[in-house]
Amino acid sequence: MIRFVLGRIGFYALVAVVLAFFTLPLLWLVTAPFTADPTYEVRVPLPGGGRGDGGTAAFTWDNFRAVLEHPYALPSLYNSVLLSAGTAALVVLLAALAAYALSRVRLPGRDALLYVLLLLSSIITGTAAIVPLFQLAVELDLIDSRLGLVLILTGGLLPAAIFMLKDFMDSTPKSYEESARVFGASPLQIVRHVVVPLVRPGLATIAVWAVANVWGNFLMPYLLLSDVEKQPAAVITYTLYTEGGQANLRLLSTFGLLYSVPVVLMYLFVSKKYGFRFHGGIKR
Amino acid sequence: MAAIELRGLTKVYPGGVTALDALDLVVPDGEFFALLGPSGCGKTTLLRTIAGLEAATGGAVVIGGRDVTGVQPGERDVAMVFQDYALFPHMDVADNIAYPLRIKKVPKGARRGKAAEVGARLGLDGLMDRRPGQLSGGQQQRVALARVMATQAQAFLFDEPLSNLDARLRLEARTFLKKLQRELGVTTVFVTHDQAEALAMADRMAVMEAGHIRQIGTPAEVFQRPANTFVAAFIGSTPMNLLDATVRGDTLEVAGCKVPVPASAEGRLQDGERLVYGVRPEYMAYSDGPADAALAGKVAIVENLGASYLVTLDVGDVAVQAVVPEGREPAVGSDGHAVPRRDRALVYRDGELV
Repeated sequence: MIRFVLGRIGFYALVAVVLAFFTLPLLWLVTAPFTADPTYEVRVPLPGGGRGDGGTAAFTWDNFRAVLEHPYALPSLYNSVLLSAGTAALVVLLAALAAYALSRVRLPGRDALLYVLLLLSSIITGTAAIVPLFQLAVELDLIDSRLGLVLILTGGLLPAAIFMLKDFMDSTPKSYEESARVFGASPLQIVRHVVVPLVRPGLATIAVWAVANVWGNFLMPYLLLSDVEKQPAAVITYTLYTEGGQANLRLLSTFGLLYSVPVVLMYLFVSKKYGFRFHGGIKR
Repeated sequence: MAAIELRGLTKVYPGGVTALDALDLVVPDGEFFALLGPSGCGKTTLLRTIAGLEAATGGAVVIGGRDVTGVQPGERDVAMVFQDYALFPHMDVADNIAYPLRIKKVPKGARRGKAAEVGARLGLDGLMDRRPGQLSGGQQQRVALARVMATQAQAFLFDEPLSNLDARLRLEARTFLKKLQRELGVTTVFVTHDQAEALAMADRMAVMEAGHIRQIGTPAEVFQRPANTFVAAFIGSTPMNLLDATVRGDTLEVAGCKVPVPASAEGRLQDGERLVYGVRPEYMAYSDGPADAALAGKVAIVENLGASYLVTLDVGDVAVQAVVPEGREPAVGSDGHAVPRRDRALVYRDGELV
């Protein structure tokens, strides 16, 4: 009995430590932007705080004003939106078409093709492919171009996206489409009326996954975009230093908060609107 | 309304499997026609080939006098109910029923009106704005039926229309479906693996085995005079007795007993010929005491069928079954005598009816 209690206590202590390990950075992220002189400590921002009493700091909006006045901060967030939205749209469109064809048309060697695609895309990571990709972009005159970056990011995400979506489409019964076909629907009508609504949760998943991937991608835009005005937030974060070469915690924390909020909002929105659900209609 | 005609219809799958082997079949206008067979016999392939979802390898499909062999499913003017109903989960009941009209570009108001009208006829009023997932199995089936009715197609195709319902609901739906087909008068072909369903609903039926049609006829014909031993064994809720027999003059020797040659085969058998003697358990007169021309043996098993009993007799080393009305069932181990009805007994030579 005592051993059991001690075991429980030990287990929860361990959980608490692990939880604190992951919670502290998040707490810092939501508190530091509102403190007048952010340090690496987590302190509660309070009006009139920070006078020697530990755990509090003076509350301020000044950090946000500083970010707004920074010449590249807000444009970089706009660039991030542009890049991730463009990539997500391309990935969803192309992956949906490819996955539908791969799921519905019997091709010799289809499964082998899919596995090779997935295998190669996971072996050859972005870092290993960066030199040839860079050269390719130079040859095609797509260096320092947002379009070029979107195309390259799309190419990187497509194999996994096709693989996931194909699986999703395989699990959608064919009889829906056949039924529409017998009623005289054209292939395009079948896709619009039946297939897209049925796989919408899958498409939403792929879109969110693509956005999250591009949003957090540092290496590709850092190497392929040289114009600082075109660079996304992930790269701009890297430039937020003081004149002395120290990390500018005021800008970094505030910009970090602004950088995370859209992704969280997107997740909440998509999960509410498209969260996985199945209405039935096929008797099992 | 239209007749369906199949001429030498053949379907060979890319793997080399012949699913349909040169089938000829005519389903007249307004008939309720059943395709019956064990799983894998090609009945669903046949239905899908009529619908145009499978391309025929050879032969022709003619619907209402028009050769539609190479025509797209949507232009054949047929409507199909799938085994899983395939109701669109993201549309409500009214939109599901109205979907064929949406394809035909009927304005929204008119098609919702038509859907409400057809739905009301099938007792779906009050459910029109539900999603398919919120309906019971029986309601889903009626939505699927309403949807094909809304098409006003020349012919309906049903793939195992009752297989997804509970046993009790299935009986209700059987009666309902037959009544509906009669009222609509639309040529309807349905597929089933349940012989009782085919016998109960169809005007005529085809029994299929391995891509071939083994018999076409009314349920009564198929039940009373199966054309071959395959159909004989497949049809009937209690399987037909199929016993090896030898012709001895004007009698047959079956399992050591002597029975008269069946009326239908009189004068067409040769002395000493070896045949298969077939008689349904329902067409046996059972008695405890000795009887003329009976198959006599010991009662091995007695099974309750409700209003009657299925008695299995060990006659020599073969088992013979007979149906006995309730109240007259024998005790296990007693002597029993089963007299086949001469006008219902059949003989098969090389598996085919004589």
